[in-house]
Amino acid sequence: MRQTVFYRLKDLIKAIRACKTHADERAVIQKESAFIRTSFKEENTELRHANISKLLYIHMLGYPAHFGQIECLKLAASPMFSDKRLGYLGTMLLLDENQEVLTLLTNSLKNDLNHSNMYIVGLALCTLGNIASAEMSRDLCSEVEKLLGSSNMYIRKKAALCAIRIIRKVPDLQENFVVRASSLLNDRNHGVLLSGITLITEMCLLSQDTLVKFRKAVPVLVRHLKNLVIAGFSAEHDVTGVTDPFLQIKILRLLRFLGKDDVESSETMNDILAQVATNTESTKNVGNSILYETVLTIMDTPSDNALRVLAINILGKFLSNRDNNIRYVALTTLNKSISLDVNAVQRHRNIILDCLRDADISIRRRALELSFSLINESNVRVLTRELLAFLEIADNEFRPSMTTKICLAAEKFAPNKRWHIDTVMRVLKLAGNHVREEMLAAFIRLVTQTSDLQGYAVHKLYAALREDISQESLTLAGVWVIGEFGDILVSGGNYEEEELTKEVSESDVIDLLESILAGPFANQVLREYIVTGLMKLTSRFTSASSVERIKQLLTGFKTSIEVEIQQRAVEYLNLFQYDEIRPAVLERMPVMKIRETIIAGERLNSAAPGSAGAQTSSSAGPSDQDLLLDLMGIGTSGGTTNAQISTVVPASSGSSNANNIDLLADLFGGTNVSSPPPASSPSAAAVSDLFAGIGSTPAPVASPPASNAGGNILDLLGGDITMTATSPTPAPAPSRPAPASSNGSSTGQQKSYSVYSKNGFSVTFTPQRDSGNPNVVNILTTFRNDAGESGGAIDGVEFHAAVTKTQQMQMRPASSSEIAPGGNATQLIKIANPQKTPVRLRLKIVYITANHGKVEELSEFAGFPEGAY
Amino acid sequence: MSHNSFSHGGQKCATFWNTKIPRSSTEGAADSKDGRSRAGRRQRQNVVLKLTKHLGSMAVFGNYRYASLYFITGVGPQDNELLTLEIIHRYVEVLDRYFGNVCELDLIFNFHRAYFILDELLLAGEMQESSKVTVLQAIHDQDAIEVEDANEERSK
Repeated sequence: MRQTVFYRLKDLIKAIRACKTHADERAVIQKESAFIRTSFKEENTELRHANISKLLYIHMLGYPAHFGQIECLKLAASPMFSDKRLGYLGTMLLLDENQEVLTLLTNSLKNDLNHSNMYIVGLALCTLGNIASAEMSRDLCSEVEKLLGSSNMYIRKKAALCAIRIIRKVPDLQENFVVRASSLLNDRNHGVLLSGITLITEMCLLSQDTLVKFRKAVPVLVRHLKNLVIAGFSAEHDVTGVTDPFLQIKILRLLRFLGKDDVESSETMNDILAQVATNTESTKNVGNSILYETVLTIMDTPSDNALRVLAINILGKFLSNRDNNIRYVALTTLNKSISLDVNAVQRHRNIILDCLRDADISIRRRALELSFSLINESNVRVLTRELLAFLEIADNEFRPSMTTKICLAAEKFAPNKRWHIDTVMRVLKLAGNHVREEMLAAFIRLVTQTSDLQGYAVHKLYAALREDISQESLTLAGVWVIGEFGDILVSGGNYEEEELTKEVSESDVIDLLESILAGPFANQVLREYIVTGLMKLTSRFTSASSVERIKQLLTGFKTSIEVEIQQRAVEYLNLFQYDEIRPAVLERMPVMKIRETIIAGERLNSAAPGSAGAQTSSSAGPSDQDLLLDLMGIGTSGGTTNAQISTVVPASSGSSNANNIDLLADLFGGTNVSSPPPASSPSAAAVSDLFAGIGSTPAPVASPPASNAGGNILDLLGGDITMTATSPTPAPAPSRPAPASSNGSSTGQQKSYSVYSKNGFSVTFTPQRDSGNPNVVNILTTFRNDAGESGGAIDGVEFHAAVTKTQQMQMRPASSSEIAPGGNATQLIKIANPQKTPVRLRLKIVYITANHGKVEELSEFAGFPEGAY
Repeated sequence: MSHNSFSHGGQKCATFWNTKIPRSSTEGAADSKDGRSRAGRRQRQNVVLKLTKHLGSMAVFGNYRYASLYFITGVGPQDNELLTLEIIHRYVEVLDRYFGNVCELDLIFNFHRAYFILDELLLAGEMQESSKVTVLQAIHDQDAIEVEDANEERSK
């Protein structure tokens, strides 16, 4: 160990093996490598052989050895056979075709290819065959071609394989070998025949012309194969009772390519293929490898049907083999050939299904793949039953794809809707935590579509949820369906099955939902479903106590830390104030349209599938509200609200229009409201003004009633209810400070506060909490010219405000800086107040009146009283 | 196609016929060295994975209980996997005959001979000779030439 340098390979290996740690090993190898390097530098020819052999060992251990490349070439050029042998080995190991030094090799290879000693020629051919580059291939092609015709079989076989390397590198060179290669087909030596057939196969794969040329060799190949099959025992080529399986397989393989799409060749080989398929012993791996190759050949050629059935049967037999490798091969091949003959494969269905229970996971995987491709209308019941049984015990990694595939298969081949619902429900029960969202949506769609089975489904799901709430998708589906069809659920089941005859009371249902909420599996999505489901139940259930209970449950969510849920709860609770429209809002969902079947494995981009999105999508958080709006829009259209609103426009006139505009502006965020029309303006102008106000909202306006309804509902959802919009405002006198009194008296909810009033100019604030963010207060500032006709217009209005440090303010532009007598202008201030401190403002007001000239005032606003917004 | 045989002591012999891949990357297969003390299934799987990654082909993993030698072969998608097992088997048989009940140590100290035998059995990744006798004959003949050379050298 302490010896500085090891002179012999054996000593080096021993020393390295004696190393206890990696560091020791590295140290030994570094020292040795350094010595070898020096020795190379000194051109020490005597030690070269030993050095290279040591270097190769070092290389094999994964240490750098590239510095030995040139020495290997030198060693290969030595006249000594042992030097050549090791030199070429080193060349093959240390060099690859990208090395430039490889060109140095060409010359010594050329010499050795013409050597008189067959083993030296063999070494050169072997080296060339293993590492030839394109350039070397061109340079040495003619030598190899000549050797292909050598009288020595040892050289012929090596030359044939060497030619394979050459034509792989330079496909154009294959023409040079065609003639010689075909003569190899008549060779009697198995090695040469084996190599020759391999070469021809390679050439056929490279060029279609060559392939057509070699079709006439089919009878020769068939004869060779026949001889092998009927030949008696030959010790030399026997492998456990089979004569030269290597050669048999090469011939079968070449026949496969030659017979492809060629009926004539295929007919010539039919007999022998049948013979091989029936006579080959299948107890050992050797026999099976031949049978496997035969099956591939039969499948790939236009062979007759009986033969194909035979082939599939062989694979079927493979499936019951005890050897994993053989079962694996059979499953892969069946998967490939299923398109050729489905019925023949179907016959082995049971055994394929048995493979689902195999201990080996890759076999299970293939079997599963195959099982799914076997499903059709006639066997969907049986296969699905089996697959569901497997789903129960399947590895988790299989489950997501399995649930998808079963659902898709059920959708495609379902004999009836009831079976379809049962199957998907079973999937949800067994693997509800591994179901893709699309499948859940599809199931809900299915239930809504099949009106005659809604009762059945809701009862089944109710029963299922009573048993198990741990399967997420099952719970989601159940909650949705119970919410939607709760009335059918409590109206009593008329289904014979035991579990369903039981009466379900309204409180039972609410108990169940409550227990899910309290259970350990509740997550945000589920809570969202339940909140919406409960809300729907208020219109499905009849007893007042149930509704009251739901109300209480929802009240609990008003303080939920999940914003989405809190918002829903608040919105839903507000809906209770509109009992006349609530049932309409919560009406049954319209039947969803059938969407194109989702192709298995294809990932859909949209998380929310279609109109079911609002109910089924978990990730569509931000869009939920929009969808909800749509939903509400559907629910209320044709309802009572339109009639109420449509009265607003004709009834109001004069300055009350301005109030309405203000209110609408308020509803829509209040920007860009044009200056109010003069009091005498006809109502038509008022209407157009109204539109101007509405026009600033993002939603496109179709017709006045619709847009008003939208606005009303928007407001309604905003959490702060303004009744004034829906009831005609009494026409006020022009001199009245309209917003403050009319709003305040009608609802008491939205008050205006006077901030400033002097010189016939007044400023009022109307605070309102922002519907999108509870921390934001929107203050609508109204500037009013109270001076009457005599005072003239006020212009040059500037309004500045400052907030305390804990708050942030944003001011929108004022609607106008000029105010006609009796008119007003508005400006919106948004104040973000995350700490909920009292709103205090410092104000600077600038305006010019005819009577007082330019007025500049500083003022403070002490804040709104408690609960003003 | 590539062919590897090694035992828990690390790689004993590796041949890569696809020389397009830089040798340094295929040396990943030799990283299994640290398995000397804790050889396990996992380590073998790693090697298989690495090979598969490099060669872009399926790997056949032959586990032969011949003196705890393991053989890994990368095969192309068109190759006959079952026959590949036979090729491994054939190689082991020849090694067995040559060394007389081959064991790990034989391969460690005669790794170059293991290569020589492989080169007589396979060339360019294809089966070269189906007769054990012929392969052994060629090896013995070449060994004899080496001995002759050595004797001549000594007599000089």
